Amino acid sequence: MEPFQNVKSIVTPLDKVNVDTDQIIPKQFLKLVQKSGFGKFLFFNWRYDENENMKSDFILNDPKYDGSKILVAGDNFGCGSSREHAVWALDDYGFSVIISSSFADIFFSNCFKNGILPISLESEIIQKLLQETNVVEVDLENQIIKTPSESISFTINSHKKKILLEGLDDIAQTFQYVDEISEFEKKSTVPSVL
Amino acid sequence: MGKTLFEKIWESHIVVEKQNEPALIYIDRHLVHEVTSPQAFDGLRMNNRQVRRPDLTIATMDHNVPTSDRTLPILDQTSAVQIKTLENNCKDFGIKLFDINSPNQGIVHVIGPQLGITLPGSTIVCGDSHTSTHGAFGALALGIGTSEVEHVLASQTLWLEKPKTFEVRVEGKRNNPHAVTAKDIILSIIKNIGTAGGTGTVIEYRGEGITDLSMDQRMTICNMSIEGGARAGLIAPDQKTFDYLRDREYTPKNYETLVDSWKENLKTDSDAIFDKQFILNINDIAPQVSWGTNPGMTCDVDEPIPSPDEFSNGDVNQKKGAEKALEYMDLKSGTMIEDITIDRVFIGSCTNARLEDLIESSKIVQGQKVASNVHAMVVPGSQMVKKQAEEMGLDKIFIDANFEWREAGCSMCLGMNPDILSPGERCASTSNRNFEGRQGNGGRTHLVSPVMAAAAAINGHFVDVRKLDLN
Repeated sequence: MEPFQNVKSIVTPLDKVNVDTDQIIPKQFLKLVQKSGFGKFLFFNWRYDENENMKSDFILNDPKYDGSKILVAGDNFGCGSSREHAVWALDDYGFSVIISSSFADIFFSNCFKNGILPISLESEIIQKLLQETNVVEVDLENQIIKTPSESISFTINSHKKKILLEGLDDIAQTFQYVDEISEFEKKSTVPSVL
Repeated sequence: MGKTLFEKIWESHIVVEKQNEPALIYIDRHLVHEVTSPQAFDGLRMNNRQVRRPDLTIATMDHNVPTSDRTLPILDQTSAVQIKTLENNCKDFGIKLFDINSPNQGIVHVIGPQLGITLPGSTIVCGDSHTSTHGAFGALALGIGTSEVEHVLASQTLWLEKPKTFEVRVEGKRNNPHAVTAKDIILSIIKNIGTAGGTGTVIEYRGEGITDLSMDQRMTICNMSIEGGARAGLIAPDQKTFDYLRDREYTPKNYETLVDSWKENLKTDSDAIFDKQFILNINDIAPQVSWGTNPGMTCDVDEPIPSPDEFSNGDVNQKKGAEKALEYMDLKSGTMIEDITIDRVFIGSCTNARLEDLIESSKIVQGQKVASNVHAMVVPGSQMVKKQAEEMGLDKIFIDANFEWREAGCSMCLGMNPDILSPGERCASTSNRNFEGRQGNGGRTHLVSPVMAAAAAINGHFVDVRKLDLN
């Protein structure tokens, strides 16, 4: 995983609550066996009509937001299915920061495995960011979102911050504890399946 | 201070713990299916890693599989590739697979308990949010993403932040156990706590309204914990749990010794304190029907559809959400639920496709015919459920009523196989999600219990099953 870099971009406002992962990436695209190339299917049913023409009233199709790296959305973003394809699609499309008033647990966890920074903020701040038309900067090291008018601080678990900033490979980290895992297995009372 | 059941399971699985950091938790059971695993196996290959404990890992194919004639080739080539990929991965990494022709094939959350793979007090993961189902046996069962699938394959552990505890207590004894089902209890809970009400928590379902339920019904409750946003759902194991798991194909040899220790350890202490609590009385619960595009948008069968104002309780964003949902569902506030006509009925999914679900719904169907405006299907949760149902003659009851009787799989719960709704079609479904397009692009899903779905199939519109003679 690449280390997380600070992001400067305009904000794409997705003014919806309870955006579920079925909307982020519909099921027909879960049949692929690789991790790449999901960006073109992001929000597929909201982005395209039945003839696969772009719907002009969907925010991602407004050229103003081309190249945006920051998505802002309402409460409970990423709820429903555990499909990591949702994060792969957001990442492949170009988003590296998702800001919401709250996230569903599995989606939140999936973000960190793919170098995406999810930021939780108060609903009032989300409402302000949904209106923000200028370029904003997200600085993970200092935990600050800078808009032309203010600096908004955010909290993040220090362990998760480190993972993003250093782009750590989770499994390689865990292998440092292989002796502890073996030790645990020796005393485990749960039998094997087979 | 005493401990909750969750805390006891958590503490007994800690491999590494540091202050203010996630804990490394040991995983006792890893269930794998074809959709969320291919990229994980690729990751292992790229880094030259092995599966640490193939003997704790079990795979099946459920999401993509056709539910029609299994002797025919799979027509959808991308589905066929994904299924073949799982076969190859299981062969390469030495994992036991119940493939499309296995008598043990089925929805991963239906076969785990049926085969005695799910055990009380264990930790279970699967790359699927409905893994919470296994919590019905007093297991800590978590849905995970594909990166975590890879992590568990490689290390048999996961880094997890300790969730908070949430007690949901259902009090009272049901007056009407065949009409007000486990599905109505859980939909009612979600309606009350909201779809994010359980975020960051593990729910323990307690009270007489829960302990009275059979194991099949308890699985329906725990299955939809994720729809209330929870990390997992749990029910403390009791004699029903122990009896259910005895003498299954993979029940451990030292089972009675395990039962003795479970009886002693797997319960919440009387002086334990939960971080959060919600209480409801079972006799305040009516049969539920969802009207919107998330499982919290649900009302009683004898109620009108609420207005966005009533639903949102003053929250502007929720109000907008409800307006959008009514537009998508092509419904109007004030319409009585029983006046809604339907086109399709789906009895299936990891929520409601176990034997008891089929027995209960068959009682309504027996001697009747599906309404002429309705296309109805039953998709058993596993090949074993299908076989048991056929031995009881349930297949004939459904087929005689003009239901389709299918092979096991996830099917129209999410429509990754050919079983989907056409745009605009309205479905009474026993599944778990009524998200936009979930059952097919433009399709409209109403979540209901198996008996409510069966009654809707016969009548062509929703009916209050409390009015029927179900005994």
